[in-house]
Amino acid sequence: MTSEIGTGPSVEAARAATPPSPPEPRWLDAYGRMLLIRHFENEMQRLFLKGEVHGTTHLAAGQEAVPVGVCLALQPDDYVAGTYRGHGHALAKGTDPAALAAEMLGRASGVCGGRAGSMNIVDLEHGLVGCYGIVGGSIGAATGAALSAKRQGRVAVAFFGDGAANQAYFHECLNFAVVHELPAVFVCENNFYGEFTPMQKVTGGRDIAARAAAYGMESSLVDGNDLWAVEEAAAAAVGRARGEHVPALLECQTYRHYGHSKSDPATYRPKEEVERWLARDPIKLTRERLLALGAPEGDVEAVERDAREAMDRAVEAALSAPYPEPGGATEFAP
Amino acid sequence: MIEFRDAIRDALAEEIERDPAVVFFGEDVAAAGGVFKVTPGLHERFGDERVFDTPISELALAGAAYGAAVTGLRPVIEIMFGDFMALPMDSLVNQAAKFWYISNEQGSVPLVVRSAVGGGGRFGAIHSQIHGTWFQGIPGLKIAAPSSPGEAKALLKGAIRDDNPVLFLEHKRLYSVKGPSDGPDVIPLGEAAVAREGSDLTIVAISKGVRDALAAAEELGLDAEVIDLRTLRPLDLDTVLESVARTNRLLCVEEGPRTGGWAAGVLGAVAEAGLHDLDDAWILATDETPIPYSPSLEDAFMPGAEAIAASVRSRLSAA
Repeated sequence: MTSEIGTGPSVEAARAATPPSPPEPRWLDAYGRMLLIRHFENEMQRLFLKGEVHGTTHLAAGQEAVPVGVCLALQPDDYVAGTYRGHGHALAKGTDPAALAAEMLGRASGVCGGRAGSMNIVDLEHGLVGCYGIVGGSIGAATGAALSAKRQGRVAVAFFGDGAANQAYFHECLNFAVVHELPAVFVCENNFYGEFTPMQKVTGGRDIAARAAAYGMESSLVDGNDLWAVEEAAAAAVGRARGEHVPALLECQTYRHYGHSKSDPATYRPKEEVERWLARDPIKLTRERLLALGAPEGDVEAVERDAREAMDRAVEAALSAPYPEPGGATEFAP
Repeated sequence: MIEFRDAIRDALAEEIERDPAVVFFGEDVAAAGGVFKVTPGLHERFGDERVFDTPISELALAGAAYGAAVTGLRPVIEIMFGDFMALPMDSLVNQAAKFWYISNEQGSVPLVVRSAVGGGGRFGAIHSQIHGTWFQGIPGLKIAAPSSPGEAKALLKGAIRDDNPVLFLEHKRLYSVKGPSDGPDVIPLGEAAVAREGSDLTIVAISKGVRDALAAAEELGLDAEVIDLRTLRPLDLDTVLESVARTNRLLCVEEGPRTGGWAAGVLGAVAEAGLHDLDDAWILATDETPIPYSPSLEDAFMPGAEAIAASVRSRLSAA
């Protein structure tokens, strides 16, 4: 059985098991990256309400520690595949926030020239093979990227939600990765709701990490709001994937601060549950941990200032960029 | 002379040999050599890294091919029967076909999906369909269907060298057909061929339909031109229009239902661009039912050579 949301013994154990770490510069950088994602999501919400972001959005505020922690364990040329809640996946892997913001705004300077929009981001330069608007799509993409990665000495990571654990992609591809010994890490961001439905109501066995065992795959249950815990679990999984071609499943338990999409106020979530998770905001936890580990407050504040300024610059650049001109597209690659 | 199935195998072998990025995988394609014995020997020759068997997981197969194709490999996969293509559609339609465009041309998706298609083998409703028309409305996908051994080899090589996702349709009733192997080494996708020259009537077909049309043309004693489309998308309309400009009559033969079929698309495109050249145009397709099992039912269902000849006779005598 999976633990009760965010409080169960396995989560506590995972947290307690995290060894103390000196605040190396990369942890401060990671905090800055998390802040950038948080600012980005808040800005997208603001710009959506102003009519600058179109269609819909799926915001990942509250879930920042998962992609940032996992990407800390990756090399720049490793592959990731993200979801429709994928702004954090892109930013964590290195996508330029100005190019991502411009894409949200449908501008020509967008990372996909305004052709993709929020749910379909591709940034091959940073190893982001795609984000997928259909639940589970990232799992297939990362499995295939792992076929290439195996030759290239790289690793491929799939980010997906708890809902995807009930898709054929999940079951077919975890099995595929095991039997073909692929350097793939499957990262389930379990935010406990598949759209509006609690995962416990629609997930047989109620334990996503445990499903890996049926395929002979190793798995870890991770506190997804603890940056250090995510990084530790990811580093172990990535290391074995790269070195031994052993795939793994990480279930990172986390929580989204916004609703499922732009029109969802998320009233289906109990107030006390929301409050419990907001008290464990990963941004707050990371800041406290950095200070506890001895990071100078001035350094932390400098990171916070830089993230804010970087986001402001990104939005400013995106808002001033032109819209793409229709025409000039080719159906096929030459 | 070479058998159709061996031509496919030779194309795969030559491309795997030529380009280290080419890999081939599917269900029972390696150790067993394929259920239609198309790929025996490839695994022994090229090893596990290049040719391998997979679980019976069509969605994983297509997802893996797509993910591999955008990261440097050139996968060829086999989805055993075309009917099974209903399972991996998300990966092919929503991922592979759209990648070039929505990524703003950051990268392409060089993958090929081989499948055995078509009726006539008493395989019943769900092992006999031709899935090309399910996919022909999807921008970014190419669809190829060869009609002869020489063409199969050259067209498959063209498909593997193409930087776009290609569905490659192999008609089950063609696997044992023998034909000359002295044609072009590679046929690029999107070029139709004139399989038989004539001046009275243009018959447009793909795959096994081309053989049937050629046989019907002989039987009719009519100067019929037969166009082998070779690819349904992109469609080489120019070759059809050029032919119709000379013959003024067009028959499209489709093994599949008329509704939503490729033949209706060709007829519509010819009407739009070449109406002034047309004296007559019609479609011979199948009944709007699933493909039946019993020999008497399936034989009546298939638009074979006799059905084509009968259709032409009836249409021309009525004119």
